[in-house]
Amino acid sequence: MLTLFLEVAASGEKLSFQDTAITAVLGYAVVFAGLFALMGVLYLSGAIFKKLNARKAAAGQAEAAPAAPAVPETPAAAAPGSAGEVKRYSVSDREAAMIMAIVADQLQKPVNELRFKSIKEVK
Amino acid sequence: MNILQTLQKLIMESGFAGFFQNGGWRNAVMIVIACFLLYLGIKKKFEPLLLVGIAFGMLLVNVSYFIGLTEADALYHPEIWTEFLNESSVNYHSYGYILKNAGFLDILYIGVKCGLYPSLIFMGVGAMTDFGPLISRPSSLILGAAAQLGVFLAFFAANLMGFTGNQAAAIGIIGGADGPTAIYLTSKLAPELLGAIAIAAYSYMALIPMIQPPLMKLLTTKKERETVMTQAREVSKTEKIVFPIIVSIFCILLLPSTAPLIGCLMLGNLWRECGVTERLSDTVQNAMMNIVTIFLGISVGATTAGSQFLTASTLKIVVLGLCAFAFSTVGGLLVGKLMYKLSGGKINPLIGSAGVSAVPMAARVSQTMGQKANPRNFLLMHAMGPNVAGVIGSALAAGFLLKVFGA
Repeated sequence: MLTLFLEVAASGEKLSFQDTAITAVLGYAVVFAGLFALMGVLYLSGAIFKKLNARKAAAGQAEAAPAAPAVPETPAAAAPGSAGEVKRYSVSDREAAMIMAIVADQLQKPVNELRFKSIKEVK
Repeated sequence: MNILQTLQKLIMESGFAGFFQNGGWRNAVMIVIACFLLYLGIKKKFEPLLLVGIAFGMLLVNVSYFIGLTEADALYHPEIWTEFLNESSVNYHSYGYILKNAGFLDILYIGVKCGLYPSLIFMGVGAMTDFGPLISRPSSLILGAAAQLGVFLAFFAANLMGFTGNQAAAIGIIGGADGPTAIYLTSKLAPELLGAIAIAAYSYMALIPMIQPPLMKLLTTKKERETVMTQAREVSKTEKIVFPIIVSIFCILLLPSTAPLIGCLMLGNLWRECGVTERLSDTVQNAMMNIVTIFLGISVGATTAGSQFLTASTLKIVVLGLCAFAFSTVGGLLVGKLMYKLSGGKINPLIGSAGVSAVPMAARVSQTMGQKANPRNFLLMHAMGPNVAGVIGSALAAGFLLKVFGA
């Protein structure tokens, strides 16, 4: 019956009311079913990637944990600034220097005219 | 040589004389329409990249092709394409015959006829599209599917209005709000309607900011429009690379007739996301996209010779196209409302209307309407999910119609 229907449809002739209705409903249903199934595939692949990412992150943390020294919450030794001293909380010298350079660039002012009191990583 | 006779011959064979031939007035009307479309494209900026080319193609064909006058100088010849499609003709599907008798625009039109330009445009669209919002919220695909309602309702209505199954399918796809898909399907199923359908599709796409808002207001409450959506999860680079591969395998296996459109869309996207083909991605997004847009616009405009375009069918197509757009918007909004209820008010139904493809115009309309209801509302990225889902949805709808009617 499906073959007969396809033959009628492909013949370039006018379709009957019934055939038209069947084609319209079937077409909408196929698009819905196709995209619904694709949604399922995407949810599944999303879940797999989430798990893989979580595993990677956990493995990375486990590797980094013994190597990294415990980060003190009290300020580390103050870094010498060009205009005063900067207290650093969980921020390395390199990161502090980068942040100061970016701020100076954004403000369009030389870094030695700015005064940074402290830099803290917000978690 | 008799100078008077020569002058008389020149005048009688000029295009001006063509206006006074049988049906020549149609060319004059088409020239006026072409100038109006040029005005809309240039002054009102209605899809100018395509509309200006289409309108100028329309102008070129109607100043160079007159029934009854010499056709040697014509840039486009509708009659050789009729012969090309005539199964009983010796020139049936003979590109050699086309090349032998072609004008400049006939040559460009070959790219439309064999589905080359729409597929290449899809490649460019893929390279320009970030599917991240869709990957982070796959339920957007349901909205993209719902917004194909207009395609099948317009198909149904077109059949009732006397069009053949093939023609009705081509008219219905206007509701997908996707120009390349509409051109692709029409060139395969009903090439005689290509000009009218392409112009209706692109005109309504440009008019989306006027067509959709009244329906969005009508079908949603203020409380629904005010809904602020939470940020979707972050999508990793690997997911973005795997996505085009998954979609290609899945959609093409489901409906092999979607292969040219979905295949090109996803190849373009893979070039964008894989990170090792920046040069190709850049070329596809810019140089190639521009070149194909030029060819596509002019050659689609060329199919609007007055003798073919000015018919009652064109008027019906314009009306059906508008209905298709409106019902697609309604379909997306209704399922958006359903998702609002099912999610406990977490999904703003306004993003449903963005399921009608037309990237990114429809998503921008959702953003504007959402922000009007609640200034803290930022729906653009949330609406991009259904918007790109609509591109896949309309390609699937076209694939289905091609499978049924293209045998």
